[in-house]
Amino acid sequence: MAMNYFELARLTLAEAIVVVTALVVLGVDLKMGSATALATRRGWACGLGVLGCVATVAWLWVGAPAGSIGGGMQVSDALTRWVKMVLLGLTVGTLLLSGRSAFSVHIGEYVAVLLLGLVGMMLIAGTENVLVLFLALELASVSLYILVGFNKRDPQGTEAAVKYFLFGGMAGAFLLFGLSLIYGATGAIEFRAIALKLSTAGVSPLLLVGLVMVLVGLGFKVAAVPFHFWAPDAYQGAPTPVASFIAAGSKVAAFFILGKLTVVAFPAVSGHWSWGSVAPGWTPLLAMLAAASMVIGNLAALSQRNVKRLLAYSAVAHAGYVLMALVEGKTLGLFAVTFYVVTYAITALGAFGVVSLVEAATGGADWEHFRGLSQRAPGLALCFGVFVLSLAGIPPLAGFFGKFYLFLVAMSVGGGDFGLLWLVGLGAATTCVSFFYYLRLLKVVFVEAPEGGKDVWPKGGLEFATVVVAAVGVVGIGCMPGFVLGPLQNALAAAGF
Amino acid sequence: MALTWTIWISMLGAVGVYLAGPGNPARCRWIALMASVAGCVATVVGTFQVGVNSELVTLVRVPWVKPLGIDFHLAADGVSVVLVLLTGLAAVAGILFSWNISVRANEFFALYLLLITGVYGVFLSFDLFQFFAFYELAIVPKYFLIAIWGSTRREYGAMKLALYSFIGSALVLVGVLAIYLASGTSSFDLVRLANSGLPPGVQTWAFPLVFVGFAILAGLWPFHTWAPTGHVAAPTAASMLLAGVVMKLGAYGALRVGMMVMPHGAALWAPVVATLATVGIVSAALVALVQQDFKFVIGYSSVSHMGFVLLGLASANPRGVSGAVLQMFSHGVIAGLLFGVVGRMVYDRTHTRELTLLEGLGLARALPFAAVTFTLAAVASMGLPGFSGFVAEMQVLTGAWQAFPVAALAAGVGVVLAVAFTLRVLQKAFLGPPTTVTPEDATPITLPEKCGALLLLGTSLVVGLYPKILLDWIDGGLGSPAFATMRKAFGWP
Repeated sequence: MAMNYFELARLTLAEAIVVVTALVVLGVDLKMGSATALATRRGWACGLGVLGCVATVAWLWVGAPAGSIGGGMQVSDALTRWVKMVLLGLTVGTLLLSGRSAFSVHIGEYVAVLLLGLVGMMLIAGTENVLVLFLALELASVSLYILVGFNKRDPQGTEAAVKYFLFGGMAGAFLLFGLSLIYGATGAIEFRAIALKLSTAGVSPLLLVGLVMVLVGLGFKVAAVPFHFWAPDAYQGAPTPVASFIAAGSKVAAFFILGKLTVVAFPAVSGHWSWGSVAPGWTPLLAMLAAASMVIGNLAALSQRNVKRLLAYSAVAHAGYVLMALVEGKTLGLFAVTFYVVTYAITALGAFGVVSLVEAATGGADWEHFRGLSQRAPGLALCFGVFVLSLAGIPPLAGFFGKFYLFLVAMSVGGGDFGLLWLVGLGAATTCVSFFYYLRLLKVVFVEAPEGGKDVWPKGGLEFATVVVAAVGVVGIGCMPGFVLGPLQNALAAAGF
Repeated sequence: MALTWTIWISMLGAVGVYLAGPGNPARCRWIALMASVAGCVATVVGTFQVGVNSELVTLVRVPWVKPLGIDFHLAADGVSVVLVLLTGLAAVAGILFSWNISVRANEFFALYLLLITGVYGVFLSFDLFQFFAFYELAIVPKYFLIAIWGSTRREYGAMKLALYSFIGSALVLVGVLAIYLASGTSSFDLVRLANSGLPPGVQTWAFPLVFVGFAILAGLWPFHTWAPTGHVAAPTAASMLLAGVVMKLGAYGALRVGMMVMPHGAALWAPVVATLATVGIVSAALVALVQQDFKFVIGYSSVSHMGFVLLGLASANPRGVSGAVLQMFSHGVIAGLLFGVVGRMVYDRTHTRELTLLEGLGLARALPFAAVTFTLAAVASMGLPGFSGFVAEMQVLTGAWQAFPVAALAAGVGVVLAVAFTLRVLQKAFLGPPTTVTPEDATPITLPEKCGALLLLGTSLVVGLYPKILLDWIDGGLGSPAFATMRKAFGWP
C-alpha cells in the first residue's frame, strides 16, 4: 500500500505539535542550564508544555481534517478528535499540578516525557490498527514507567517503577502474542477487516486464546482485577502529578480503545453471558473482569489508610463498573463508557490535585495528614468532598449520572430478559461497600478534629485553581450532563457509530 | 409557582449560610431561619395555588438529559402538597430547636438546608431519575449532621444510618432501571411509567426491590435498626428531621414509585408488607417499653408509628392509603416535637437521657414548660382524640380491617402498647417523686424552643380537630391522574 506522506502529516499534525513542544521544552531547559533557578525552569517547562497542548487543542478544534490513512493506522474523525482534546485537557491539568512540585530537578526531561506519553495516548485514541495500537501503547507505557520512577532518590518510587515496568512488560508481551494469534486467525490487522473476517469465521479455540491474551494486556492498562497489582504501588510511589496522569489520561485512552475494540473489532465474537446461558466470546471475558474488579477493588479499598492507595483501589473498582457497561458491546456501551471515563478522569485529576497540595503542606498522604482538613483548609476540603462524593456516585455530581448511565446500559443487555441482572446486582451491592470507605475518608476530613499545630499551607495558586476548576467541572457536569453528553453524542454520530 | 421556590430558597439558603462563615453563629441561625420560614411560606402559598382538586399540577418541566428522556419535572398533587407542608413546618421547627448550635454553625445549617432541599425535591419530583437524585442527595447531609454534631456513639450511628440508606437506594436503583427498561417508554416520567402497563412479571420482582428499598428508610421491620441508633446519636434538629420528614421520604417513595407505578406487584406483595408492618408495630412498641434511654424510647416509638403508615399502604384501599398519608404528616409533627423536647429541652440541660437519673430530677418542677409540652405530645402520640394521631391511626386501622383483619387486630394491640410505653416514659422522665435535687443547668425554656413547640403542637391539634383540612387534599391527590392505574388495579371506585 502506497503511503501518502503528505496525508499522514496532515492527519498526525496534532501529535506532531506535541512532539515538537516536547523537543522545544528540552531545548529551552538545556539552554537555561542548571545555573538558572529551578522555579524559573519549572515555569518555562510547564508553561511551554501547556502552550503546546493548548495550541494542539486549537488545531483539533478548528483545523484538523477528517480521514484515515494506512489501513486505519490513524483515523481522524469527530470522535477521535474529541477524545484527543480531552486527553490534552487532562495533560494540561497534570502540568499545572506539576508547576511547583519539588520531586526532581530534571524538569525539562519530566515535561518532555510527559508529553511523549501524551503522544502515545493520542495515537492510541486515533488508531484502528492492532500494530499501531501496540506501538502506541508501548510509547505511552514506557513514558509512564519513567515518570513513576522520576524521583530517583525515593526508594518507594523506584520500587513502584520497577514493579510497574515488570508487570507492564509482561502484559505487553501478552498483548502482542494475543494480537498475533488474532492475526493468525483472521489474517488482518485492521479493526474493521478483523470484524469482517470474524463475522464469517466464528469463534475458534485459537481465537479465544488470542482474545484472552489481548484482554490480559489491556486489563493491565485499565487496572482490572486480576491484573491490578501494580496500581496501588504505582499510585502511591509515583510523584503525585504523575499518579494523576496515570489515573486520568492513561485511563481515558485505555478504556476508549477497549471500547472501540469491543464495538468495532469484535462484535461478531461478542458471545453472551446471562442467567446460565453462556456463549464464549469477548463480552463474557469482560463480564468476568468486571465482576472481579468490582468485588476485589472495593473490598481491598476498605483497609487502606493511605489516600493514594485508596484512590488506586477505588480506580480498580471503577474499572469494574466501566467494564460492566462495556459488556453491552454496542454503541450505547461505548457512549456511556466514554462519558464515564472522561468524568472520572476529571474527578481523579482533582482528587490527586488535593492530595498533592496536602502532601506539600503536611509531608504525606496518610489519614493523619488529612485529619481535620476541613478546619485547616476549608476550600480545599470542600473540593475534596466534591471529588470523593462524585467517586461514590452522589448527586448532583458527575459521578452520579455517569454511574447511573453505566448501570442503565448494563441492565439493558439482553432486551427484556435483563440477562445481566446478576452483574448489575453485584455492581449495586459493591457500590454499597464503597460508600463505607468513601464516607470514612470524608469522616477523617470533615468530622475529626485536626491535631498538632498550624500547618504551613503553601501558596499553591495554580494548583489550587486547577483543583477548583476540576471541582466546578464535576459539579457542572453532574447538574448538566448534557454539556458533555451532547457533544459526545454528536461526535459518535459524526464518526458513524 | 411558589412550590418550586421551596427548593431554590433552601438551596440558596444553604449556600448563603455556608458563606456566612463559622465565626458568627447568630448570623447563620438567622439566615437559616429566614430561609426555612421563606420556604414554609412558599409551601403554604403553593398549597393554595395547587388547590383542592384531583389534578396533577405541573410546576416546571424542561428537558434535562435528552438522550435518556430525563426531564427536570416538578409537579404536585394533594399527596405531595401535604408532605411538602410537613417539610416546611418541620424545617422551621428544627431550626428553632437548634438555636444553641454554635460550633461550626455555618456548616451545620448549610447541611441542614441541603437536606431540606433534597426532601422538597423528592416530594415534588415527577421524573423518576430526578426523584432518585433528590433522594440520594438527602442522604449525605444526614451522615455529617450526625457524625459531627451528634452525641452517643455518633460515628457509629451516622455510618449505620447512611449505609442502610445507601443499601436501600441500591435496591431502588435496580428497580428503577428495570421499570424504565421494561416500560419501553424511553422516558423517566413517573405518570407515563405508571400508565405504561408494566408487565406483571417484571412488577413481581421489581416491586419488592423498590418497596423494600424505600421502606428501609421508613423503618420497615426488620430493616429498622438504623432508626433508633441514628435518632439517639443525632443532634436534636437532625433527629427531628429524621423522624419528622426523612422517614416519610421512604414511605412516600414506597407509595409514589412502588405502588403507583407497580400496583400489580403491590397487590401481590401486600400480605407480606402487612405482616412486616404489623410485626414492626408490635415489636417496636414492646422494645420501647423496656428502654432505659429516653431517646431510644422515642426512637422505637417512631418505628412503631411508622408501621401504621406501611400497614395503611398495604391495605391498598382508599381509607387505608389516605390514612397512611395522614399518618405520615401526623407522625412527622408529633415525632418532631417529642425529639425536640427530649433532645433540646431535656438533654441539653440535664446532659443525661437515662430514665433512672431523670426520675430523680423532678423535671416537672424544674422545667414545667417541657413537662407540659411533652405531656401534650405524649397524648397526641398515644393517639388520643383531639390530636392528629387519632384520626390517622383510626383511618389506617379501619382500612386495614377491611383488607387484613388479623393485622388490624394486632396493630390495635400496638396502640395499647403505645399508651403503655408513652405513659411509662412520661412518668419516669417528668413525674418522678418530689425531690430537692435540681439539674445543674435549669435555664428556663427559651423563646425559640417555645415557638417551635407551639408550632408543632398547634399543627397537630388543628389537624386533629379538623382533619378535613388535610384529608381533602389527600383524597384529591389520590384521585389525581397519576394514580389512575393504581386505582384501577386496586378496584377503587
